[in-house]
Amino acid sequence: MTFAANSIASYLVESSLSPETAGIIAAVIHFAVLFGVFSVCPAAFIWLERKGSGRIQDRLGPTRVGGRFGWLQSLADGLKLFQKEDLCPPVADKMLFRAAPYIVCLSSFAAFAFLPFSSGWVAVSADCGLFIMLAILSLEVFGIILAGYCSGSKWSLFGGMREAAQMVSYEIPLAICALVPLVSAGSLNLGEIGQMQSGWFGNWFMFHDPFTFIAFFVYFVVATAGCKRAPFDLAEAESELVGGFHTEYSGLRWSYFFMGEYASMFAVCGIASILFAGGWHTGIPGVDGMLEGWRANESGNWALAYLANVLGAGVFASKAALGVFVQIWLRWTLPRLRIDQVMTTCLKYLLPISCFLFLGAVVWPLVLVTATGKSTLWPEPVGNRAVAGYSAGDMSSADDEGDTGSGESVDSDEGAESESPAESEESVSVGLLDAEVQ
Amino acid sequence: MIASIMETVLSPFTFLLLFALSSCLGAVGVIISQSLVRMAFWLIVSLGSVAGLFFMADADFVGAAQLLIYVGGTLVLLVFGVMLTASSPYTKIEASPGETVIASLVGLLFLFMVAGTVSRIDWPGTNAAIANVTPASTSGGFSDTSEGATLRPLGFALLGVRPDQEGAPGYLLPFEIASVHLLVVLVGAAYLARAKRRRDVA
Repeated sequence: MTFAANSIASYLVESSLSPETAGIIAAVIHFAVLFGVFSVCPAAFIWLERKGSGRIQDRLGPTRVGGRFGWLQSLADGLKLFQKEDLCPPVADKMLFRAAPYIVCLSSFAAFAFLPFSSGWVAVSADCGLFIMLAILSLEVFGIILAGYCSGSKWSLFGGMREAAQMVSYEIPLAICALVPLVSAGSLNLGEIGQMQSGWFGNWFMFHDPFTFIAFFVYFVVATAGCKRAPFDLAEAESELVGGFHTEYSGLRWSYFFMGEYASMFAVCGIASILFAGGWHTGIPGVDGMLEGWRANESGNWALAYLANVLGAGVFASKAALGVFVQIWLRWTLPRLRIDQVMTTCLKYLLPISCFLFLGAVVWPLVLVTATGKSTLWPEPVGNRAVAGYSAGDMSSADDEGDTGSGESVDSDEGAESESPAESEESVSVGLLDAEVQ
Repeated sequence: MIASIMETVLSPFTFLLLFALSSCLGAVGVIISQSLVRMAFWLIVSLGSVAGLFFMADADFVGAAQLLIYVGGTLVLLVFGVMLTASSPYTKIEASPGETVIASLVGLLFLFMVAGTVSRIDWPGTNAAIANVTPASTSGGFSDTSEGATLRPLGFALLGVRPDQEGAPGYLLPFEIASVHLLVVLVGAAYLARAKRRRDVA
């Protein structure tokens, strides 16, 4: 029994239910589980943010509610926000003002459906999962812009405009940085990408070549900006804009923005963990091999297979939470940039860097083939590893489209597939740079 | 009993209907509302539902592209433009009667075109042809079926290679034309933005 829709569905079909009903029940279970994760994440991270900021500023942080470390502080805040009056300014566009927080919340929740927590533990395993996930995460901006525009307040309007300008620019390096490990992976399916990185942690895409290594850090910076976190949180700069786009909000609607923010922090860090840092793999072959063995153990103990996936999900969540912690750490350590500095950072530095990294990642296998005769520094090509990973897991069917056939065919596919994005992305970036230099 | 009710209520057809309805409602909302930003909001509803329809039709890539380009890109730019250029707090657009007549004529023409196209399709034949196509292989065992696994065929087709249909032409030329077109637009935008500044300096 795993999270994967078809697994729950097939489990239910075995216990004499029709496939359609089983599918619906599986969908409901997925929704419930993901909603649980989605609502627990912000609570935990808000607590972490408070505690972390307290410690960084030589304070104690929350200590009272729920024991010595203030474990229940977020819950208490939630209750407080629940009781507050839901205000709407008279000059606001009422319908859009009320709708905006839901757009933010829904888009970051929908992204969770494509995030694999462990091998096969994903609600929707889409072939272009990463692309859909980035597309859905980019919708979050719209809620923030609407909130800023429709509050009928100058502070909110400024916040909304800054957010719009910032997001439109940061989406480009974000997508290019996410492409860099994909050049080696040759797949957009997050589950497959995670599966390819089994073995020693040297097999993580972060350590695949120098370009992916740098891309990891660039991605992290860009993702931090994408979640409008400090030092890039110009949309809500308290020192100048009162509260930025959420100045006019109160109570539960205000908290929806923050649920969305912390959830999407987890989502982008989850993407980073899968693309660059091995996903649910611990990076130690002994441990991973044992878990993989438990998972593959179809004959007997499904409890053991389940436990293996729980541990995998724990590893994945710890990596993503570590990323969130670093974001929190940055927020309370670095001063906020000015809005023009934010744009300069993106368009004049991060964008060219990410384009260079992408180009490098495309050229790297060619250079290696010329120099050493191998297309990668890894002990075996990604394609072979992917096949090994699939046969070790409960995956029965091999892919005959060439991505898992052999290392050579993978590399030829990569070369063919990556050339045209390179051209179009570079033309975009060159144009944008020209526009920025003005 | 409950199971059968659930099956009928939550069948794919219901979702199809739901997405189609909300897409139409969004379109009607765009027409009825007069505030520009509200129109943008209704466009999100409409275009988002169209993306939902794409997902229902197992066209994952097209659905995601719809979300990324139209909802996440174009509409954000639209609202951004409104914010930058608006002279009053909430920009309103009021159509004159003449405009309404012309717009509804164009709309009706489009409706006739779509209706004419739809009525001429040989649906039973198409369904039979679709049923004969063998689904592509699974993507590494993570998904049970080949649902929405359109990425690789699309990528190959855009590079002019059609592994699924021997000898069929790819879409390399349209793809390159689109890229060059975008490049021209970007260079043009950069040139316009620069030209203004040069004149100021002079």
